[in-house]
Amino acid sequence: MLVILSVAKNLGIVWNFEVEVETVFGEGILKGLAETARNFLGSYVSKNRLTTVQYPEERLPQIEAYRNFPFLVYDGEDWQQGLRCVSCFICEKECPPKCIFIEKSTDKKPDAVGKPQFYPTVFNIDISVCMSCQICVEVCPFDAIKMDTDFELSTGNRFSGLLWDKKHLAKSNEHYHKIHPTEAAAVDAQLAADRAKTAAKAKAAAEAKPAAAPATPPPVPAGSEK
Amino acid sequence: MTPPPIQQADQIFVTLQHRVVGYLPIKFQSIADVILSVVAIVLVFALLFAITTVLERKGLGRIQNRYGPNRVGPAGFFQPIADGVKSLTKEDLVPRTADQLVHFMAPVLLVIAAFLAYAVLPVGRNMALVDLNAGVLFFFAVGTLVELAVFMAGWSSRNKYSLLGAMRAIAQMISYEVPLVLASIVVIMAAGSLSTVAIVNMQTGYSGIWPHWFVLTPWGFAGFNLFMIAATAESNRSPFDLPEGESEIIAGYYIEYSGFKFALFFLGEYLGMFATSGLAITLFLGGWAAPFSFLTWIPSYLWFFAKLLLMIAIFIWIRGTLPRLRMDQLMNFAWQFMLPMTLINVFAAGVWHFMPGGVIRWLVCAALLIVPAFLLSRGLKQGKKFAARTYRFAD
Repeated sequence: MLVILSVAKNLGIVWNFEVEVETVFGEGILKGLAETARNFLGSYVSKNRLTTVQYPEERLPQIEAYRNFPFLVYDGEDWQQGLRCVSCFICEKECPPKCIFIEKSTDKKPDAVGKPQFYPTVFNIDISVCMSCQICVEVCPFDAIKMDTDFELSTGNRFSGLLWDKKHLAKSNEHYHKIHPTEAAAVDAQLAADRAKTAAKAKAAAEAKPAAAPATPPPVPAGSEK
Repeated sequence: MTPPPIQQADQIFVTLQHRVVGYLPIKFQSIADVILSVVAIVLVFALLFAITTVLERKGLGRIQNRYGPNRVGPAGFFQPIADGVKSLTKEDLVPRTADQLVHFMAPVLLVIAAFLAYAVLPVGRNMALVDLNAGVLFFFAVGTLVELAVFMAGWSSRNKYSLLGAMRAIAQMISYEVPLVLASIVVIMAAGSLSTVAIVNMQTGYSGIWPHWFVLTPWGFAGFNLFMIAATAESNRSPFDLPEGESEIIAGYYIEYSGFKFALFFLGEYLGMFATSGLAITLFLGGWAAPFSFLTWIPSYLWFFAKLLLMIAIFIWIRGTLPRLRMDQLMNFAWQFMLPMTLINVFAAGVWHFMPGGVIRWLVCAALLIVPAFLLSRGLKQGKKFAARTYRFAD
């Protein structure tokens, strides 16, 4: 059947794809059967026909702009030490579905660059409520919260399994570079520029300080003005 | 004297059954004989159902350039086991307003009716459960029970979709039962018997290497095609699957069935398809007879199941190709094309019987069928103008 039809096709007898009233009784059905037979046999011959990606074994490369749920960025090795978050509550207030819960610390702890900062004692995100809108990321002044790309999040418990705590949310800056390289490079450049500016200002202030020192009262300890 | 090995292989199941039954006292032998055959039929065809579901899904997948099920077991071939476990562990929901008893009875009756039909099918030499002298009649009578089961399911569910589906199914099945029976009448005319065993025996001879199958005559070929079209409609398969119509009436008469009862409906439907395919093989394709005289050394039951698998493959192919018909198209096709063609076919078979054999008989009978089919299809197309569709609002 296939052979006959392909010969006929090459001779231009059948297989013209214009819409036309079928001339021979049952011709349309035979054409359809030939087409499905071609697909059936072709799928065994040509791998190109089988376009389905066999997901757990095969994966398509993820596009860079993909985002799913937020995570907390930390610098350095220790996640508790390097957490950029200073628990300013902006993201908690801005979050439209109110899925973020933060408790601020009473003491201060040096951050990755050694500057004493407040830190969140509790930082929870309920990802069963989160709608992946990225507003927390937009509003964060410290580049502390970013969007993750992990989507294989099935869990056995729909309550505690989907309420992520600080430890679960903390991911390294290297991870951020891996999932969003362009964006992370821009953020790092911005942070470095900011730090350089602060350092320059501090240096200028330190140089100015000895000159004005006799006239002013003793300075407050460094870091407490923030 | 022992028979030659070929014959031994052919009759292996028959002799095995005789030997097993022989151990029992005479009093129980006849009933044990029947029970053994019934168990064999139930096991073999239930297994065939399981294999068919996975083959069908894989075949349809390939037709659509997909893999089909490929997760459970090697290449997905344990899928039926997973499906069975799933349907057994699912909750069996019955609507509160449903007629509980009838709702329960419908799938059971469907499966029983489907299995009853196998009693008269000769699946191999000396391998018919009973040789009724009205075997074909019995087959069609039992086949009608399916309609009853379908309407019981549709009516007892108290759901408008299931009732709609059941009414569609009844209308369709009764309409197509007429051409189904009329298409098989030509074989009964030629064989002069209603016994399925006698009909197969008529077709076991060979001229040279060619078999005496009824499908190799003009009326037999036309009858076979008409029978298969009617059988497709009778077993509610695509393109005549509008009693189920997933996209319109959400599974039709078995919308209110879940779990194992749904699986029973599924089983009954496939068993009905195998049974009508088996009857088509018996009537037109020589039953268990080999297609060429030099292939008779292969056991007869293998030929029957090879033919059955071929028919199933064609059913799957058709299902993967054709879209569902509309109700009016379905009915028009049954009454305006199928019915006249089967009647003409009966006439052609009569002409064949009374004409002397030769090329002229062939030509006359073929012309008797081709010309009306052509004219009928042309005539039915009159007044139907195919034109580019115009949209009022969506332009």
